Amino acid sequence: MNQIMKISVTVNGVLYERSVEPRLLLSDFIRHELGLTGTHVGCEHGVCGACTILFDGAAVRSCLMFAVQADAHEIVTVEGLSPDPQHLDALQEAFWEAHGLQCGFCTPGFLMTLKPFLAQNPDPSDEEIREAISGNLCRCTGYEHIVDAVKLAAAKMKESSS
Amino acid sequence: MKPPPFAYHAPTTLDEALQLMAEHGYGAKVLAGGQSLIATMNFRLAAPAVLIDLNKIPELSIIQPTAEGGALVGAMTRHVQVEQSELIARTAPLLHATMPHIAHPQIRNRGTFGGSIAHADPAAELPAFLRAVRGQVLAQSRRGQRWIDADDFFIGLFSTALEPDEIVTAVRLPAMPARSGWSMQELSRRHGDFALVAVEALLTLDADGACDDVRLAFCGVGEGPVLATAAAAVLQGQRPTAEVIEAAAAIAASDDVDPHSDVHATSAYRRHLVDVLAKRALTAACARAAGEEV
Ligand SMILES: Cc1cc2nc3c(=O)[nH]c(=O)nc-3n(C[C@H](O)[C@H](O)[C@H](O)COP(=O)(O)OP(=O)(O)OC[C@H]3O[C@@H](n4cnc5c(N)ncnc54)[C@H](O)[C@@H]3O)c2cc1C
Ligand code: FES
Ligand code: FES
Repeated sequence: MNQIMKISVTVNGVLYERSVEPRLLLSDFIRHELGLTGTHVGCEHGVCGACTILFDGAAVRSCLMFAVQADAHEIVTVEGLSPDPQHLDALQEAFWEAHGLQCGFCTPGFLMTLKPFLAQNPDPSDEEIREAISGNLCRCTGYEHIVDAVKLAAAKMKESSS
Repeated sequence: MKPPPFAYHAPTTLDEALQLMAEHGYGAKVLAGGQSLIATMNFRLAAPAVLIDLNKIPELSIIQPTAEGGALVGAMTRHVQVEQSELIARTAPLLHATMPHIAHPQIRNRGTFGGSIAHADPAAELPAFLRAVRGQVLAQSRRGQRWIDADDFFIGLFSTALEPDEIVTAVRLPAMPARSGWSMQELSRRHGDFALVAVEALLTLDADGACDDVRLAFCGVGEGPVLATAAAAVLQGQRPTAEVIEAAAAIAASDDVDPHSDVHATSAYRRHLVDVLAKRALTAACARAAGEEV
């Protein structure tokens, strides 16, 4: 018989308790068990970055973790970025305004990668931005507008903090 | 792509983990950062019956200075912690220079030092680094513990000298020798991809400025990290002029490596890269050893 484990995970500030098989990927837990389908799944082997979430504040691949490993930890997904349903986060706004997305499949992964990056490096160079997003693939934009969006976000964040 | 079922254990002490390894042996695998293991399980290339998750054992996540002036890195120390460690930047500058080449920031947030060493991927940088600096791996089991020299640890494609019940718990990095210089050079298609070829170089100059103890280790060109002994012999006892370095790099490419062709690069191209990267690495390492800014 397959092992079933009870876990409690805080996702976007809400505590969820679920019983899961150890082999359930964290990405599938987030999408199928919690219904938070903003976290996308592209490759399931760590290459595309679409499934990136914040795990205890750090950007990680949710397809390369098991849900049981998130027990007693804190997760933020793209649904947790905006302060309320009426507003977008400054980073999301910048992606919108600078055309940082086309189909949008890759976008949640980019946003969750960039959120902690900009917090640590509020005034990044183009080169630093490109290195920061090197682990996220986008088939549509050619990345130029994404880099523009990150610079716009950095400017917006500076404005709102001054 | 979903992983096959397994029994999951998450011990909170090393003793408990070693006990579980003793019980389950061959059928069990250690889960470290999961950045290689879970990917292969998702593909069902690996199907361990038992997973022993080391993520809840804080004693395995350390970076400490050693009495000899080197550093001790715990197996579960994340790549990002090594990358950001001041102690590592000071005592192991070659490692500090290597870390940003390993995968992407999200992978480095999770992947571990010990996991990369134990996994022994022939394209991975850390096994080559460990051979270049003559690091040692601490293997522990219920039967006891032993230090394994890097030269004896890596025995082939994804293969190491570890016994089925042993866990890598730490890695010891020696202090930088006096009058030594280092360099790391890599070519990959995109930043963060596995290297097509990378080289880790550490060498010492004697009082007369001649090369002594040259360590040149490559990844991406063999079944494991490859130590370029023929190239080192060319340099030994010689002043590192441009001609001598060129001759050593050429020997590295012709005699020391036997790279495979795959979808990423042909064998001939990899050989060419060995030549070019060896030249750059030796030139930079010699300059550093002579006290020049690089
Ligand atoms: C997209 C992508 C790009 C990458 N690029 C690079 C790169 O450029 N360079 C590079 O070097 N790596 C790269 N990696 C691999 C990454 O560095 C992994 O973190 C590393 O190879 C394995 O470490 P881990 O902690 O994730 O180990 P895991 O995946 O958890 O384990 C790997 C194997 O080692 C065994 N193991 C782990 N820890 C121990 C231990 N302490 N004792 C005994 N056995 C152990 C496991 O049982 C398993 O068989 C990449 C990975 C991805 C997904
Ligand atoms: S789905 Fe996780 S990295 Fe592609
Ligand atoms: S916007 Fe379509 S993949 Fe990036």
